[in-house]
Amino acid sequence: MNKKPQLQDRFLTLLVYGSVISVSWVLFLVLFDICVTGGGSLNLEFLFSEPTSAGRTGGIAPILMSTLFILLITMMVSLPLGLGSAILLSEFSSEEKLFGRLVRRSLDVLAGVPSICFGLFGNAFFCKRLGLGFSILSGGLTLACMVLPILIRSTEEGFRSVPKEYRLSAAALGLSRISTLWHLLLPAAIPGFLVGFVLGVGRALAETAALIFTSGYVDRFPRSLMDSGRALSIHIYDLSMNISGGDENAYRSAFVLVVLLLVINFSASWVSERWLKRKIVLS
Amino acid sequence: MPLLKTNSSSLWQSDKLLAVTLKSCGVATGLIVFLIIGFLIAEAIPVLKTTGISRFFTDPGWYPSSNQFNLTPMLWGSLYAMVGSVLLATPLGIFSAVFCHYYAPPLVAKIYRMFIQLLSGIPSVVYGFWGLVVLVPKINEIAPPGTSLLAGILILAIMILPTIMLTADASLSNVPAQYLRGAAALGLSRSATIRGVVFPAARSGLFTGVILETGRAIGETMAILMVCGNIVKTPTSLFEPMRTLTANIALEMAYAMGNHRSALFVSGVVLMLFIISLVVIAEIISSKAVYE
Amino acid sequence: MKSILMFLLIFQALALGSAQDKVTLTGSSTIAPMVSDFGKAFEANHPGIRIDVQSGGSGRGITDARQGLADLGMVSRSAKDDEKDLKFFTIALDGVCIILNKANKLESLSEQQVIDIYTGKITNWKEIGGKDAKITVVNKAEGRSTLELFTHHFKLKNSDIKASVVIGDNQQGIKTVAGNPNAIGYVSVGSAEYDSKHGVKIKLLPMKGVLASTENILNRTFPLSRPLNLVAKSEPEGVVKEFLQFVLSKDANAIIKDQFFVPLAK
Repeated sequence: MNKKPQLQDRFLTLLVYGSVISVSWVLFLVLFDICVTGGGSLNLEFLFSEPTSAGRTGGIAPILMSTLFILLITMMVSLPLGLGSAILLSEFSSEEKLFGRLVRRSLDVLAGVPSICFGLFGNAFFCKRLGLGFSILSGGLTLACMVLPILIRSTEEGFRSVPKEYRLSAAALGLSRISTLWHLLLPAAIPGFLVGFVLGVGRALAETAALIFTSGYVDRFPRSLMDSGRALSIHIYDLSMNISGGDENAYRSAFVLVVLLLVINFSASWVSERWLKRKIVLS
Repeated sequence: MPLLKTNSSSLWQSDKLLAVTLKSCGVATGLIVFLIIGFLIAEAIPVLKTTGISRFFTDPGWYPSSNQFNLTPMLWGSLYAMVGSVLLATPLGIFSAVFCHYYAPPLVAKIYRMFIQLLSGIPSVVYGFWGLVVLVPKINEIAPPGTSLLAGILILAIMILPTIMLTADASLSNVPAQYLRGAAALGLSRSATIRGVVFPAARSGLFTGVILETGRAIGETMAILMVCGNIVKTPTSLFEPMRTLTANIALEMAYAMGNHRSALFVSGVVLMLFIISLVVIAEIISSKAVYE
Repeated sequence: MKSILMFLLIFQALALGSAQDKVTLTGSSTIAPMVSDFGKAFEANHPGIRIDVQSGGSGRGITDARQGLADLGMVSRSAKDDEKDLKFFTIALDGVCIILNKANKLESLSEQQVIDIYTGKITNWKEIGGKDAKITVVNKAEGRSTLELFTHHFKLKNSDIKASVVIGDNQQGIKTVAGNPNAIGYVSVGSAEYDSKHGVKIKLLPMKGVLASTENILNRTFPLSRPLNLVAKSEPEGVVKEFLQFVLSKDANAIIKDQFFVPLAK
């Protein structure tokens, strides 16, 4: 009688370890390739100099700067908008209400919109209709539309995890909703918000198709947000697909991108842990 | 459980302002999708007017410069790549999440999770590049030309794995601890607990994960363009090249004018219809699950 | 809602405020990297001026120049009949050549053999003296000027071509052929020459007995060559004219050679 469950246990263990090992192996191969080829020959000068000879030689300083600007715009627009929508969806509307349902479903669709469609839309709407042209602003706004669903989903989860006693006690104390939000709900929802932030930044940094049509191809230092600026992922694409002899710098840029992502991930999880600690100490 | 309903009375004037601000946030985010679909349709209309919808499914092939606009092979291409990669990535992702929760020591689980998070942020170009240089030549040794549906499925599976793994991971951590203690008290084996207790409890979260990864699988562009061969023909085996709707847009948009350009927007609209029906199906299934 | 409108108004104002010290070029992805480099060299001597280059295909170069969205369009082929309203300035030459994987024994193909391979009449290398292996035919995506040049030269129709792989940019073609011993493709001579010299496993085939090299393109003996053009709607003036003069002068030759194209200015 004991035999059968044991066999099943073994089988499941085998499956779990099998998939973990195969996943790690493949992912390790990809990362290893980038780190060895790209990281091995990286030096500081690459980060601080301008690309020359179409990017074959020289560095990526202006591209890094454009990338960060695009990311900044994306976050400046999507964070408040996403936070507001998440509060609305989780605290001010319910599944039964038509408005909430409608917003939620349209966000579900938005989450599945192919990035190339975002590119087409961004080009038609921001670049042409609003007259922003190929610019960092157009690129950032397009990406903001793109990361909103991820951001809202995770933030909503954060609000859901706040125990309902908090809200009841706040209401009993006659607190205004703004203070309830500010002092009780927001701090508790921060970790979920940060997860959304990290995933959103990851998605934005990795995006190529949507940016080609919006932020453009210019690989110089942008003077303003209205200037076109090339993002890191587009630089990688151009170097590996359009420039002969660009592979080496493509690998280096990919490595820089991975490191950038790591730094953002680490700092976000550091911030969220600190926040949690402070909250626990205070309460 | 939303307790801060707008219609319940509040003593504070400032709350009205808050409600209005939040409402406008909601309206703005909700409108984006309609804006996108509106623009795609507006750009697609010229060709639909002159050729009609049916030609996109009945023309002999996709040669836009000679006015032939058959999208069906690419529709099948997108569908095959999506189904294949989801079938491959879903078990791998879910088992990885199970590993993080019930097998690995906390530190290993944390590192593994970080590792997967990192991979979700690597540009598709990098995966595509790797696929083109490493994977495609390997497949070519088995069955030429190497650029194939199989290569697309494998690369896509790697790319969507983080999505399913991370959402499955989150939904597993939402399984109440009492359930697990109850299972342990009953003397259930680990496999029985996972199969009989954890999976049913986390079902809706796992389901969300599958929907999300399916969306990403359909929408992926650059990597698929680099490894699939881009031949406009419905693939009849795993080793045949094919083209997806997204690759079609990315390959030709920059070079397209007039009706050709408009026809590419039609592929965009078709893709959107795909996504919308996916969301509707998900809605139906999940509402059924609620009432079961 | 009001705040959204305000935002839009501010964006509009910003857009109108951009000054006229910017030269915008759009078009062919083949030319774009080279013109970016022209831009940098020009800016170094003309402080305050910016040359903005956007890549996106020859077709877009034509459309944008015609509509005035760009000051100059970049077009990597010669003018078509319905494009005579635009002014074409040829800045350099480029060729298109057939490439094979280095492991392939064949050293040359006749014109008819190339046609037969691309139309699917020959599907195995052994039929023309190679080893027994299926041919992987690499073709370019619809709309690319390399494809137009190739089909025009061999008098093929794109719908007759039986390809096994369709690619977008040059490097994708080179990487596909380098990774597949039985592939045949056609790409820009400049980048193929650079890559084969730098250890990439491809070889360039001669056309009608003429070696595929930048020299033979310059002396116009290589049959499959194309001009790289900048196009303008009307006779350029001011900064645009200055930039054009710089690009057409022999000061630009070093940059052209750097991108493996063939300069014309003497």
